[in-house]
Amino acid sequence: MLSGYLYLLLFICWGLLVSLMEKNYKVHLHTSTYIAGYIISLVLSIEAYLIVKHGLLSRRLLIGSVAVLAVSQLITQLIAFLHLGGARKSKWSLTIFAFMLTILITLVAGSLWIMYNLNYHMTSHSTDTYIIHDEGISQ
Amino acid sequence: MNPIPSVENDKNLFGFWIYLMTDCVLFASLFATFAVLRSSTFGGPSGSEIFNLPFVLTETIILLTSSFTCGLGMLAAQKNDRRMVLAWFGLTFLLGLAFLILEIHEFRNLVAQGDSWRRSGFLTSFFTLVGTHGAHITIGLTWMAALLIRIWRTGLNSGNLRKLTALSYFWHFLDVVWIFIFTIVYLLGFIG
Repeated sequence: MLSGYLYLLLFICWGLLVSLMEKNYKVHLHTSTYIAGYIISLVLSIEAYLIVKHGLLSRRLLIGSVAVLAVSQLITQLIAFLHLGGARKSKWSLTIFAFMLTILITLVAGSLWIMYNLNYHMTSHSTDTYIIHDEGISQ
Repeated sequence: MNPIPSVENDKNLFGFWIYLMTDCVLFASLFATFAVLRSSTFGGPSGSEIFNLPFVLTETIILLTSSFTCGLGMLAAQKNDRRMVLAWFGLTFLLGLAFLILEIHEFRNLVAQGDSWRRSGFLTSFFTLVGTHGAHITIGLTWMAALLIRIWRTGLNSGNLRKLTALSYFWHFLDVVWIFIFTIVYLLGFIG
């Protein structure tokens, strides 16, 4: 039930976001954009805090929800505060942002992958046993 | 109406935007380090034992509000209203300072409990990540103070307006980084 409420709130936020993007702010900044961005961010932060503080969802759902809320807030602030992707013509700032995201994801995912793999191969005394088991190698 | 320069029509701001993106990569590497070391507590406390969530939520709301008042300051700059620019950015400065004081308070408490950066790999990566963000906030506050004095003395000319726009990008960027510190370090740390 609670996750239903969560997704409803998210939908409302996204509806507001889309209406923000429709608005044309090529030349001038608008007060309404900032107020909407602030309120949406505030709601998303407090929502993430409440579900974690009170443990309202199962662990796996909690981690997923918190991640979704953070990314929603990222997009909200990029549009409302940093004006990314506002104008209609092609934007170099967006291109550089996309390139940065590529590096960021490679860096973070790559580090986690390598370190997990290293852990798997090097930690305990029984390493040989479980590698032989997992890889299906018979002696 | 004062046209506010943007990343798309001002090459100085465009350069500043590229700097911000490289700063993102710096933070990404610190986040990756933290993610790798978060369970390496070496017998010391884990995140859920030392984090005070209501305190961190307060920090989050203060920083978010300062990002908002910074935006309102830019709207005042667009209207060429120097007094309101100084007022909104003055408020932004005070909120940023409050955030910094809370963060220093949190660090001091942790060190006083014996949970400093020397305790475990987890705490080293925690202090490095959150401390680097705090260092950025400190630099932003210094920059803001200097620029506000300059605007107070020389007004909202095009050079000052461009600097103010760059500063507002920097400040919003720091709030975006904080969302991820709040989520990945504190909330996921609390979940365990």
